[in-house]
Order: sequence, then structure tokens, then C-alpha cells
Amino acid sequence: MSKQINVALVGNPNTGKTSVFNNLTGLNQKVGNYPGITVDKKEGSIKLSRNLKAHILDLPGTYSLNATSLDENVVIELLMNKKDKDYPDVVVVVSDIENLKRNLLLFTQIKDLGLPTILAINMADRMERKGIELDVEGLEKRLNTKISLISARKGTGFDGLKQQIANYQNLSTKPCLQASEIDTEYFGALRKAYPNQDLYKLWLVITQDVNFGTTKRNEIQTQNGFTPKSTSDLKRLQQKETIKRYQFINETLKATLTKDLALAKGLRATLDRILIHKVWGYVIFVAILFLIFQTIYEWSAYPMDLIDESFLKLSEFVTSTLPPGMFTDLISEGIIPGIGGIVIFVPQIAFLFLFISILEETGYMSRVVFLMDRIMRKFGMSGKSVVPLISGTACAIPAVMAARNIESWKERLVTILVVPFTTCSARLPVYLIIIALVIPDERWLGLFNYQGITLMLLYLLGFATAVLSGWLASKVLKIKFKSYFVVEMPDYKMPILKNIAFTVFEKTKSFVVGAGKIILAISIILWVLASYGPTDDFDNAEEIVTNNIETENLTQEEIDTKIASYKLKNSYIGHAGRAIEPVVTPLGYDWKIGIAIISSFAAREVFVGTLATIYSVGSEDEQTIKKRMAAETNPVLGGPLFTFASGISLLLFYAFAMQCMSTLAIVKIETGTWKWPLIQLFGMSGFAYVVAFLAFQILK
Amino acid sequence: MFKIILNSMLTIIDLKKGQKAIIGEMNSDDIPLKLLEMGCLPGNEVELVQIAPFKDPLYLNINDTYLSIRRETARLINIELKVDE
Repeated sequence: MSKQINVALVGNPNTGKTSVFNNLTGLNQKVGNYPGITVDKKEGSIKLSRNLKAHILDLPGTYSLNATSLDENVVIELLMNKKDKDYPDVVVVVSDIENLKRNLLLFTQIKDLGLPTILAINMADRMERKGIELDVEGLEKRLNTKISLISARKGTGFDGLKQQIANYQNLSTKPCLQASEIDTEYFGALRKAYPNQDLYKLWLVITQDVNFGTTKRNEIQTQNGFTPKSTSDLKRLQQKETIKRYQFINETLKATLTKDLALAKGLRATLDRILIHKVWGYVIFVAILFLIFQTIYEWSAYPMDLIDESFLKLSEFVTSTLPPGMFTDLISEGIIPGIGGIVIFVPQIAFLFLFISILEETGYMSRVVFLMDRIMRKFGMSGKSVVPLISGTACAIPAVMAARNIESWKERLVTILVVPFTTCSARLPVYLIIIALVIPDERWLGLFNYQGITLMLLYLLGFATAVLSGWLASKVLKIKFKSYFVVEMPDYKMPILKNIAFTVFEKTKSFVVGAGKIILAISIILWVLASYGPTDDFDNAEEIVTNNIETENLTQEEIDTKIASYKLKNSYIGHAGRAIEPVVTPLGYDWKIGIAIISSFAAREVFVGTLATIYSVGSEDEQTIKKRMAAETNPVLGGPLFTFASGISLLLFYAFAMQCMSTLAIVKIETGTWKWPLIQLFGMSGFAYVVAFLAFQILK
Repeated sequence: MFKIILNSMLTIIDLKKGQKAIIGEMNSDDIPLKLLEMGCLPGNEVELVQIAPFKDPLYLNINDTYLSIRRETARLINIELKVDE
């Protein structure tokens, strides 16, 4: 019989915990969600020996068991709940050799829960270079545990770690600190009231907001003649606990760890001098952003063209091989262009996630937080808001979630409210196709591509609007809050390629799958609405058109096009589109764009797919979407539909409008009320309409 | 002209770049627990590593942990200057 054990990986942020997880599980991993909350749940499995398997759970990074965010709460919830199916048989605390002192705080807390706990010390390969010496055996004795020196970067030490996991039953579960040592009087009373419970766990239930079996927090506070303490008294006790723990840790490390301080600081000091310099720091930050967006634009062009062409060929192939009929039409005109519309911007999303994860892995992102805090505070946000704002360029959903790290509620709320203004990748396909249509493909000073510059300006516009509306929101919102900001400044590290590859793959995949479902459904609905009509006009289109143009001398092909567009105009979607045409005409759009905008409220990227579907229904000719769009004429003004004026108007509309149901849903979850998403929906979209209207009227 | 500095009233914001001190007592009600857990506790050493361009936040090395906090929090943490420097 093969046996399976649960292993939980716990550790401070920036200790390389996730790369340890990647090293242990390899490709045997999946990312999901914890039930009911939107925190990433990473799990995988490995074989430890012939009949022992381990299920490994990578818990969110945390500095201690005292949770300050939803993510951190997951850790304590799991470690306190014996009934959870993931409740670990053994915990591996991942720490990094250079921050061992701080990392051990979490280790002692977890050990005191009575769980078998292994200490894995990562980045052991840096010890020599940093002048660090560690007496592993001595430390094992003092901590009553087993220690593995590992290096996720070099992939060393993992066999030993696996061995220790397999032998978890031999681990001591003796605590590092007896809870009663924290405060004899208080814990004595607690012991009297609850003689059969674990004191440290009771203490955590009192101070943390966790569910703990049947014992509820309030009951502990009031029952069994136990005198409750005020919040500030409890906090004083927590401080006392922390001091006691550090006393233990300092004594332990004094006897086992030596550091050559001169060697420890070199790279950090040198890089910090430049990267957070009062001038160069900002110059470098802006240059990096510029470089990222320029590269994304240039690099993605080739794979995107390739994808566009391939989907066209696929459509043609389906049309020519499958027997003609409704089903074939649905596939070739509805589903394939619809999916093509999303696959086409996989390259861009992947590149964006690539750059963001490099910035985070190297430790540079914390420097940006440090540089930007003072500035962001002027706009009602925190330096930490920079991370959501940059992540927002990939997708607003993870960005809204990333705002969890912001400790003060007002700064967090403002960040959540303005993040959807940043240019998310769903806007990219819309921008790209419009830019390609209305901005010349030439170089300025023979160096920078005009189209690239336009894209850059749109990104800047997104940031600027986000920041300015943050300022407005912070002035309008009357929320009392305690300012609070603690950011670790991690060491600079070369990013580990494998980690980055995993991150890019996972994020791109979840994006494509998530958005893909919506887009596929919408493409099918759109195709149906465009292929059927409510009146006889639709069914008799051929006859009507042929009768009307008898006198004109047209080729068969021209007649077919006329029939097709007559059909489209009289289909369900045509009726709906013409009904809203008066609303969108002042912005320079026709009813087809109107339909595309409406379907964009499911997700912006649907825009291109919708136009692709509408236009491929309207024409027998297989051309690329871009060529089809360029050929469209403006029904009111005549001339091409996509002019500089209508193009800019459309770009601005997409820049400002709140058109993403998924973002609205996540904002509702994170803020706990529909108030804020509704404010976003109407505020942003109303603003977008006004700006797009002004732009078209001025430029036309 | 004598300038009298009362050691007990110095806080982290009085440090100069590169200067070290020992953390003194603080009112834990106003200090985030997370900061305490990062090692900002009475008796530990603090060094002001850098000051951000607009004088805020402060980049510190506390008890071997590098972190940054805002001026308004730093103001609440008393320090005693090390005599031997």
C-alpha cells in the first residue's frame, strides 16, 4: 500500500519559497483557488520512496502567524484546522540564509503549534561569498529539528530535504517557547479556564480572526470566569511574545552563526546608490518602463501576424473541407475568428508577465515602492500601489488582488478604484488594431516607431488618469485611517529562469482560459444573432437586393457582398446595432462598432473578435481583420470609417470606460460591497463617453 | 552656545545617513505589529541606510533586516545613540 502525506511549505516573502516548490514538484503542479476566496493555491505531488508519496502545498508568504491580510490568513487557518484535508503531517519552513534571524520568528511560531517542522535554509550557495558560517548540527539541537541546506538556484540539497520529509515521524514536536513564559499571570488564568486546550493555539485564537473548531474567539474572552483584555493590552502581550521569541533566536544564532559584515553588503550598497538615487532612480525607472513597452510592441508583432494568418487559414480550411451548412459556418465564421481574437494577444501578455516577474524576482520592485511612496501619497495611494498599477497593465483582476498588500484601507480602496484605468492587456488588441489603421507605420528620427510611441502614450494616459483620479478620490472619500507602511528591501538577485518560466506560463494560461471561455460564448451568441433576422427582409435578402440593383452593372462578387451586408443589417444584431446607432454616431462610430462596444462589456478584448465575427459574416472574402476594417465606410460622413478622428475617439473610449465584468466582480469581492464597482462602472464609462465625443468633434 | 540633546527624546528621524543607534522604548499601540516582528524591538540595533528622494520613506537596517518605513512611524520609535561611535 502506498501512503500519501501532506507537506506544507511556509516561509517569509523573498526567501525563494516558490522556487523551492518548483524544484520539489517540477511540472507536477497546479494552481487553483482556496474555496470561497481568491488566493492562489499552488499544490503538487512527489514520490518520496517506493510507497510514500507527498502532496505539497505552497502556502502564501508571511512574516508571522499574526495575519494582516487575506493571503496570510490562509496560512494560520490551515495550520490551526486539523479537519482540513490539506492539514499538514509535516511543515517545511523555507528561510534564506541571509535573513535567518527574522525567518526563525515564523519557524518558532509554527514549531510551537506542535507540528513536525523542518527548517530548509535556502540560498546556501551564497554563504561563502557573503562570509557566513553556520553550525548546522548545533542549530538543529537548539531548535529541536532537522535542517536542510539547499539552493533552489543550483538545485542542491533537495535529496536530503526529501529524505527528511519522508522521516517526518522522527521529528520532535517540542515547542521553542512555552506560551506561559510570555506572561505568567495571563496565561495562568487561561490555563485554569481551559485546562485541556493547547495554550498557544488558544492565544492565537484570541489574537487572530480565525475559526478554530468549536471554540469561538468571543466565548474564550468571556467564559469560564476568564477576564478578557483590551485590544491594546493584547497587543502589548504580542509585543512581549515577539521580544521573547527574538531573545531565544538571538541566543540560538549567537552560538551557531557567524557573519563577516564587510562581505555581506557589497552589491546591495552599490546598486542602491544608483537605483534609488534622487535623479537616476527615476530616470532608470522611466527608462525601464519605456523599454518594456517598446519591446513588447516590437517583439510581439511577428508572432501576432503569424497567429492572425494561421487562424485565417484554419477558417478557410474548415470551409473547404467540411460540408457546407450551418454547423460549418458556425465554426468557420463564429468560433475560429472568436478564438483567434484572444490567442492573438498571448505574445503580448506573456512578454508583459515576463518583465513584471523579472522586476519582482530581482528585488527591483521594492526599490520602486521606496522611490514612489512619497509621490503616490500625494495622490491618495501608497508606494505599494505601484505594483498593482504596473500589474494592471497585464490585467486588472490580479492587480486588484495585489492591492491586498497595502496596509491602510483608504490607500488600498483608492488603488482598487483607479487600477482599471491602467492599460490592461485586454485593451491591447483594440489599441493595436486601431493604431495600425490610423497611425502611420513610420519612424520618428529614424529610431522610434510612431505606432510604438502612440502605444506608449496610451499607457502613460492610463497611468496619469489612474493617478489623477486617485487624487480626486482621496479628496472626496472621507475615511479615517492610520497610515502604516512597512516594506522589506530584499537583496538583489539574478532571477531564476525556471521560476519566471513557470510564472509566465501560469499567468498567461489562466488568463487565456478565463477570458477564452467568455469570448467563445460571446462569439457563438454573436454569430447566431448575426446569422438570423426577425423579419422577412432578412430571409428574402437575396431577392430584395437583386431586384434593387437590376439596372446597375455589377459583378457577381459585388452582388454577393451587397446581399451579405443587407442581411447583416437586417439580422438581430443589425437591429440592435441600429437602435443604438444614434448614441455612438456623435463619437464617430457606426452600428457595427456599437455592437462591438456593447459586447466589450463582457471583456474588452471581445471587441476585435466581435468585429472579426461581424465582418466575416458580412463578406465571403477571407481577408485579415485589419484589411476588412480599413475597407469600412462611415455611413454618415462617407469616406473611411476608421479615420484619425474616429480612431482617436475609439482609443480614448477604451482607455477610460469600465468594460470588464470580471473586474467589477473582483472589486465587489475585495471591497465587500457593490457600491464601489457601480461607481467605477458609471463614473468611468460616463467620462469615457464625454472624452470620446469631444475628441471626435474636435478632430473630425 | 550649547545645544543640549536629550538622548531619551531622540527618534529614528534624528539619525543621519549611515548612523547607527539602539532602539529604545516605544508605545506599541501606534507601531504596527508587523514592524515589531521584523525585529524593531527595544535593544536591537538600527541603521539609517538611505533616505528616499523626497525625504520619505526611510530605508533602515534593523536587526539585520532591511526595510523601509514612513517618517511618521519612524518618529514614534525612540533611540539611544551608540557611545562608541
